[in-house]
Amino acid sequence: MIRLIDVYKEYDNGTKALKGVNLRIDDGEFVFLVGPSGSGKSTIIKLITGEVYPTDGRMMVNGFSPDNMRTNQIPLMRRTLGVIFQDFRLIEKKTVWENLSFVMRAVGCSGRETRRRIPYVLKLVGLEGKENHFPNELSGGEQQRVAIARALVNNPSMIIADEPTGNLDPQRSYEIMDLLKRINELGTTVLVVTHERDLVDRFGKRVVAIEDGKIISDETGGYYNG
Amino acid sequence: MAKRINAGYYISEGFHNVFSHGFMSFAAVCMIVACLLIMGTFTLVAVNMEHMLGELERENEFIAYIDETYTREQAQGLEKDLTAIENVAGVTFVTKEEARQNYLQGREEVELLKELPSTVFRDRFRIHVDDIREISATVDRVKTVSGVAKVVVALEIAQGFVLVRNIALGVALVLIAMLMIISLFIIANTIKLATFYRREEIAIMKMCGATNGFVRWPFVYEGMLLGLAGAVVAFFLQWGVYQLVCGFIGSNAGLGLVAIIPYTAMAARIFIIFLVSGFVIGVAGSLMAIRKFLQV
Ligand SMILES: Nc1ncnc2c1ncn2[C@@H]1O[C@H](COP(=O)(O)OP(=O)(O)OP(=O)(O)O)[C@@H](O)[C@H]1O
Ligand SMILES: [Mg+2]
Repeated sequence: MIRLIDVYKEYDNGTKALKGVNLRIDDGEFVFLVGPSGSGKSTIIKLITGEVYPTDGRMMVNGFSPDNMRTNQIPLMRRTLGVIFQDFRLIEKKTVWENLSFVMRAVGCSGRETRRRIPYVLKLVGLEGKENHFPNELSGGEQQRVAIARALVNNPSMIIADEPTGNLDPQRSYEIMDLLKRINELGTTVLVVTHERDLVDRFGKRVVAIEDGKIISDETGGYYNG
Repeated sequence: MAKRINAGYYISEGFHNVFSHGFMSFAAVCMIVACLLIMGTFTLVAVNMEHMLGELERENEFIAYIDETYTREQAQGLEKDLTAIENVAGVTFVTKEEARQNYLQGREEVELLKELPSTVFRDRFRIHVDDIREISATVDRVKTVSGVAKVVVALEIAQGFVLVRNIALGVALVLIAMLMIISLFIIANTIKLATFYRREEIAIMKMCGATNGFVRWPFVYEGMLLGLAGAVVAFFLQWGVYQLVCGFIGSNAGLGLVAIIPYTAMAARIFIIFLVSGFVIGVAGSLMAIRKFLQV
């Protein structure tokens, strides 16, 4: 569960990215976050992942409160989140399998757990048989599936995606969004930042619109009107 | 989350890093080797000086010249008085003829000296003491015995050795400090480079909830491996250098004074000191490199 209460964020250079944001996302929800460029969408994502801290306000992320917790809690908070980026951020010199096993090792999973979990996740994202491929041997859509598999592999309670379809054609974008929807249906909370009006309209989920650092609308089954 | 992260993982990652940017690793190891070699060489010089000082002290004797107006019998008669002095272990009477003989030994090539009359020498006693540390008090007491004209102690040589040893120690300390700092920076840079090569992986690991420790350990192991590798190489190079220098001194000077300690007698201690130094430099260097790097 995510709670942002009257959150302000001013960057070191004086840019006021968020100006009093209130947002609540409950477990199991699927939420689109939309808005024009520079409106503060990525800033909200970075606050949730603990990359930046709020200048003012209170927040809760899956039981952690990044505004006043010890830094050694941040890794534990991040283990409850799976993050996906527009540019995939796969490691080019590692195979699909290694890209996944390496983040499992990073949180202390054993080789046995790795061998059990990875095939399941690859099947879920539709990449069976691709485990020994390198990222540059895959299409953009497939690479983003690997990134989604990586986000899922440590079994987070929430997936956060910052423009996951920004580099993909409309058909691939739809497939990725559909995959995220299925993951949501399996019980994982999903927060997706996107610019793609068509997609948002097609899925009919909750849409939070932000403009100039403030939330201007928040409707379920809504349309992209940011 | 279970704590099943093992040292094996860190060590293999550390090894992997060492070889994935070989040139910097090589430079870092060379730097540590240079540092340890210079440190070792000066320390060995100092240790050998110390050893020679000990040898000198073990001779623990000095010479008392007898007044020329004394007849031989009178002179020999002083033996009782001298032996009675505290801390004197024993005395040996040496006539001026014997003294001349001793002096000429080893100087046969100098023709002029052959003419040297024994009258320029004086009868003398070689006086052995029990405790070398008390030697100056003993010398003072020997001087008060009437008939003793002059006392000569070989302490000047010892003083010379003390000076050389102190210089060696001083130079070693300064060089060690400088080279340690340089080595630290080289190691730190090597590790920084390693973190730079792996910045993507590190960013992803941290995004997935890896702890700072998990990210940090492979780099600490890398620094440690570099340090220890340098130590081992330095140990054997030091051995070679030492043998070379010993051979040189042995064949040239042949000085009875120079009693060199064999390397093997000190090898274990040198090895441990080198290993500890390499370890400290390596670990400290890598910690320096990743300290700032790991904030959030
Ligand atoms: N690290 C930073 N330092 C200073 N200012 C920043 C930083 N990151 C973002 N900003 C500024 O904060 C504001 C919000 O940025 P943010 O990245 O949240 O926008 P966004 O909604 O994600 O935009 P886009 O759709 O283009 O990705 C912008 O004015 C941006 O220039
Ligand atoms: Mg953005």
